[in-house]
Amino acid sequence: MEQILTLAGNNLISPIILSFALGVAASLARSDLSVPEAAAKALSIYLLFAIGFKGGVSVSSHGIDAKLGLTLLAGIILSAALPLIAFALLQVMTKLSRLDAAAVAAHYGSISIVTFVAATSVLESSDISSEGYMVAVAAAMEAPAILSALWLISRGGDGRRMDGDLMREIMLNGSIVLLVGAFFIGWATGEEGLAEISSFVVAPFKGVLCLFLLDMGLVAGRGLRGGSGVLRPGVLAFGITMPVIGSICGLGAGLLLGLSTGGVVLMMVLSASASYIAVPAAMRVALPEANPSIYLTLSLGVTFPFNLTLGIPLYVALATALTGV
Amino acid sequence: MQTHRAKRVEITIEAIMQSRLTEAVQKAGITGFTVLPVLGGSGRSGEWTRAGEIGRASGMVQMICIIRSEKLDDLLDAAFSVVERHIGVVSIVDCEVLRAERF
Repeated sequence: MEQILTLAGNNLISPIILSFALGVAASLARSDLSVPEAAAKALSIYLLFAIGFKGGVSVSSHGIDAKLGLTLLAGIILSAALPLIAFALLQVMTKLSRLDAAAVAAHYGSISIVTFVAATSVLESSDISSEGYMVAVAAAMEAPAILSALWLISRGGDGRRMDGDLMREIMLNGSIVLLVGAFFIGWATGEEGLAEISSFVVAPFKGVLCLFLLDMGLVAGRGLRGGSGVLRPGVLAFGITMPVIGSICGLGAGLLLGLSTGGVVLMMVLSASASYIAVPAAMRVALPEANPSIYLTLSLGVTFPFNLTLGIPLYVALATALTGV
Repeated sequence: MQTHRAKRVEITIEAIMQSRLTEAVQKAGITGFTVLPVLGGSGRSGEWTRAGEIGRASGMVQMICIIRSEKLDDLLDAAFSVVERHIGVVSIVDCEVLRAERF
């Protein structure tokens, strides 16, 4: 318990979390602080490239083991199954319509790449290693949840289908292409490639992450301010309960697969996080009648801050205790 | 200066629907249009701003088409097929252009 509290305390006073908190506070105080759209996009491109590249280098150094395929499969199954749990939970805990519940559920099966990046940063700071291919698992977990949500809707008699354009947009969205592409570049060029660009992808990483999280804090605060009307107690409770349930599913999968401590943590983080980039875009196309302020406020305003401040340290402590490292 | 009557159609729509709208409009035989980013605004869901957008889920764009009157119905049918279920505003105003052969 002491270890959990120490880790949580350290995480709470890290520059990354404090930058996020500054963004939330500034936004809630109605400050005019804002990060221009183009700058926010550039920061996210940098982070995705760096994290993908470093994951690829890690795989090239340690090699691929038999667990890669099984871990990818586990990620896909988790992404498809978690929305079903989320949907059932929403029906018990909230009075959301079937459409809104399915849209929210889709977010909780998919992943937040920023939470993943922040967790990777925490693991690095704590000297906990993880499997480099978890980056690929993150990419594989983006889309199956959307299919599950549409299936849930179709079972209710509403014949929504995933059209080819939407499927292509999801599978080839910029984040996935960049993440997977950088992963393969890192894999192909290995340690030599990393040495060539380490001053770009390693040294400034945490500083850039701070700025990006400042922006995420502003966006989250804006979402909270604008969407506070939809945060009924049941909906709010779901935003905290679901990541805990998701992380336990991820923990079980990670332990069954025999992943390293860092790998288990990342599997927990992926299962606990909720999407706010790929899935909201897909939901706007496929389920435009669903209320975006509910799913965006929940994933970005509730679950994301929860995972960032309390979730990640708890997942690290739990995985460390259970893997015996 | 000789001017010619035309119709100016402004379609404000979610950014995620932009490619679908341009495709539908082109299929309807409209080849000239301009797409502009929308910086922010306020609607039934409250105020919003483009600053800090992290995805294309919540941004808006505006398409402007200036066309001859006889093409208006085709354009509106195409636009409506895309806008019908989505957030969007379509407005039409009369305007005048200098070179009629370009529209």
